[in-house]
Amino acid sequence: MTIEVKNLVKKFGSFAALDGVDLKVNDGELLALLGPSGSGKTTLLRIIAGLDWPDSGEVTFNGEDALAQGARERHVGFVFQHYALFRHMTVFENVAFGLRVQPRAVRKDEAAIRSRVKELLDLVQLDWLADRYPSQLSGGQRQRIALARALAIEPRILLLDEPFGALDAKVRKELRKWLRSLHHEIHVTSIFVTHDQEEALEVANRVVVMDKGRIEQIGSPDDVYDNPATAFVHGFIGESIVLPIQIGDGAIRLGDRQLDLAADGLAPGASRLFVRRHDMLVGPPGSGAFEGAVQHVRNFGPVQRAEVALSGGETIEIDAPRDKELRAGDTIGLNPRRYRIFAG
Amino acid sequence: MTMQIADSMSLSASDSKARAHAAAARNNLRTEPRAVRIAIITLAVLFLTVFVVLPLVVVFAQAFSRGILAYFAALAEPEAMAAIKLTLIVAAISVGLNLVFGLVASWAIAKFEFPGKTFLITLIDLPFSVSPVISGLVFVLLFGAQGYFGSWLREHDIQILFAVPGIALATTFVTFPFVARALIPLMQEQGTQEEEAAISLGASGLQTFFRVTLPNIKWGVLYGVLLCNARAMGEFGAVSVVSGHIRGETNTMPLLVEILYNEYQFVAAFAIASLLAMLALITLIAKTVLERHLDEGHEPRDH
Repeated sequence: MTIEVKNLVKKFGSFAALDGVDLKVNDGELLALLGPSGSGKTTLLRIIAGLDWPDSGEVTFNGEDALAQGARERHVGFVFQHYALFRHMTVFENVAFGLRVQPRAVRKDEAAIRSRVKELLDLVQLDWLADRYPSQLSGGQRQRIALARALAIEPRILLLDEPFGALDAKVRKELRKWLRSLHHEIHVTSIFVTHDQEEALEVANRVVVMDKGRIEQIGSPDDVYDNPATAFVHGFIGESIVLPIQIGDGAIRLGDRQLDLAADGLAPGASRLFVRRHDMLVGPPGSGAFEGAVQHVRNFGPVQRAEVALSGGETIEIDAPRDKELRAGDTIGLNPRRYRIFAG
Repeated sequence: MTMQIADSMSLSASDSKARAHAAAARNNLRTEPRAVRIAIITLAVLFLTVFVVLPLVVVFAQAFSRGILAYFAALAEPEAMAAIKLTLIVAAISVGLNLVFGLVASWAIAKFEFPGKTFLITLIDLPFSVSPVISGLVFVLLFGAQGYFGSWLREHDIQILFAVPGIALATTFVTFPFVARALIPLMQEQGTQEEEAAISLGASGLQTFFRVTLPNIKWGVLYGVLLCNARAMGEFGAVSVVSGHIRGETNTMPLLVEILYNEYQFVAAFAIASLLAMLALITLIAKTVLERHLDEGHEPRDH
């Protein structure tokens, strides 16, 4: 199933949750919608599911107009952040719900429903919980049951709204891996919403980065990390050093210091220079584009993180390998191995 | 401050003693001195005994003062039987109407956003804030001989005032916040996600209501119905205005109690009153049971 969204606009009062969104989702792909809260990603997901309606724009499934159908007819599996399991039903009945409410003409008989539910509970590896109630399950178990329930109707599309948002870090990591392997197994076109970049980069085939109701960039996880299209994407994905610079007369300036970086093709005026922390290479004084004094150094897992006061007036944090000798008070040269400059 | 420092520097032998003191001090912070505690509890028990238990006992004592036969004879009087029957009919009508209304109103308020919502919530509470006598008078103004619809009703030979419809209407008006009040917070807390999940799984509107929404609120519904029923059977003021006090026809139990009492028929008056008191006790027990179920329904969500 391919999904195509064209020029989607949705306003809540004067707030534009979606401000002209175009997106094409390929058949069988696992797509992440990534963005800060309020970026419109959940609204987009709910419109695709039929739980919300756009003010204007198009949504098509395999070329068919999806907006002509209600949520009920779209055959979309939806997984909610807070699970939304039916609290008065057992796990078994929760999963069976979608099968039991089908019109009499197409409804499976009881034996078929039972075997299908059993199959789904096996798929999510929770068959031993069939007789429990949702309140007796842990968060991770609930979310897996919610997924089994959504899969019961053999959805054409699977939509997950911050599926792991309410879980603790360890469970979240496990479920991420599990979701990826599950998708590998069943290959249903899936979109999941997250504000966690690590989650998006780890799980998805493609990542859609959103901000303020617009799509900033669509690309593979490597793409959005290595070649951020906008300042927002660079700042949002991976931690970045951001330096306010001035471009003019074929030179780049940080404060009163001229940087030894090429200014070819850059528009003159105030700009921002983005560098990843680990892309700032440490060298002897006078060796790089920047120079600075190390303020203090802390070990941070596999790297050491140093706070450096740059000559030019900014203080930044860089990550250097642990074997690099850095001490507070040292003067060092810094050279950005890779950097990007965005106007404004 | 200096005391604490001295304490912590004292020898280890006196350490445990200091700790015991500290524990006692902490206890003292949380509980009042024994004498105060006893005084407060005694006061509360005394108050409850005089103002709640004693009247209840008196009702039953008076009702049975001429023996159990006189009690049942009083209840078997045609007038008493008619009042009991009327009360049950009126309660059934008004509880039924308010059940439907309460479900609709709380559904609308909890699950949808629309202009005028706050106003509607305030309006639902109106019957609680208005004197029941005024509630009754409103219906006299509307349906009485001189009222807005009075002449039309007379032409079509429809009797509302001084008849069952009027009593049922007044009772419905007075009791109409109960079901809605019980359900609105419950439904607001539960949100709309389970309904959304049901619909995306292919359930129709009715299936969603009967399989998801209603089971989730059933204890709340029962709770509202229970309180609504208790009030409907016990309502005096509004009913008194619209009933016309026609003996054997438009007297509900509370009205009959007053009439019998004014005629010095104490046993009969208290016999009927004892039925109302029993209703109150049953309501109280049922309420406790329902509240336990309601608490269970509030599963703590981990966010």
